[in-house]
Amino acid sequence: MNQTLLNYILQIADNSLILGSRISEWCGHGPVLEQDIALTNIALDLIGQARSLFQYAAEVEGQGRTEDDLAYLRIAREYRNVLLVEQPNGHFGTTIARQFLFDAYHYPFYKALMNSKDETLAAIAEKSLKEVTYHLRFSSEWMIRLGDGTDESHEKVQNALYDLWPYTSELFVPSETDNSALEMGIGVDLSEVKNFWNEKVDEILKIATLEKPQDGWMQSGGKQGKHSEHLGFILAEMQYLQRTYPGQEW
Amino acid sequence: MVISKEDIYKILETIPDPEIPVISILDLGIVRDINIENDQVEVIITPTYSGCPAMDMIEVNIKAGLQDAGYDQVKVTTVISPAWTTDWLSESGRQKLKEYGIAPPVKGAHDKNLLFSAERVVECPLCESKDTHMVSQFGSTPCKSLYKCNSCLEPFDYFKCH
Ligand SMILES: [Zn+2]
Repeated sequence: MNQTLLNYILQIADNSLILGSRISEWCGHGPVLEQDIALTNIALDLIGQARSLFQYAAEVEGQGRTEDDLAYLRIAREYRNVLLVEQPNGHFGTTIARQFLFDAYHYPFYKALMNSKDETLAAIAEKSLKEVTYHLRFSSEWMIRLGDGTDESHEKVQNALYDLWPYTSELFVPSETDNSALEMGIGVDLSEVKNFWNEKVDEILKIATLEKPQDGWMQSGGKQGKHSEHLGFILAEMQYLQRTYPGQEW
Repeated sequence: MVISKEDIYKILETIPDPEIPVISILDLGIVRDINIENDQVEVIITPTYSGCPAMDMIEVNIKAGLQDAGYDQVKVTTVISPAWTTDWLSESGRQKLKEYGIAPPVKGAHDKNLLFSAERVVECPLCESKDTHMVSQFGSTPCKSLYKCNSCLEPFDYFKCH
């Protein structure tokens, strides 16, 4: 078994799973029907991507674990998602800011992953990129609408940016897995992803009349399995059924 | 019995898309190939969207449809590459969508790869006016956006480019 490949797939899958799970909390609670539907659609895309990745991870691992085992039956320390995606939804502006900061990473990430030497990863990236293109457009437009909106919406989304900013640098700090995957030709060069991200964030924040926060103390640890207190609550809800009634199937 | 691909395609033509039942799964362009080996029929399909909840149902329906027609050994294989695109929608599929009230995807509109490109012109499927606007890029299913016609004022679904 290729341990680097497996770890790399899980790292990508966990980001999609946890963010998808977070956004799905909005289902039925969106500010208006269209945005409720939009967020639910994005959640569905992300969980769909996670599913393809977990299926592949299960195959690579070859130990008999299924996609469901990987999604539902690991403990918090085994999840490799970045801290940004597990942060709480807050208000609509917080959710949009978190989404935008992640989409601006997710889009160039998948674009680069299409060149992976691993054919399955490249194929999943090609498929996912189409979906993430819509996500980035959606979150960019909402950043502009909220930032360049009323005084109140501007202030709220600006504060959300300040709050989330310390979680952004972790996206671009390579983990051991990132480095090994890059060396093997299956992974993505995060410094290139960061260039796109910086340009996109500058471009959108400028139109949105928002201030780009200063880099200060940055949080990290998610890629090493050291999570914020929020992940446990997400997992408790997500895993409840499988833990209580082991082996349940859809 | 010798099984022919044509016979299998004829049966697949009668299997509707679960979410937009006016078009068949062939119209949708998700059937990529059929392999026949002795009595075994393998249908190769590709998902429209990663999280499309209809894919499992489509698989069940393909198996059921072929079994009803007497083909017992049916296997459905899902491949994700090359990625499905709305360019694979058949001409008859596009026509059926329009008649059903869903604007078909604008052809060759590769706006999907360009963020913030100029808005495409989507024709109202009801009155054919080109004066329409997007209400939300996400609609009732993952494959649709929500539009409104400025001429007849009716809202309608647009099968978005992918
Ligand atoms: Zn009209």
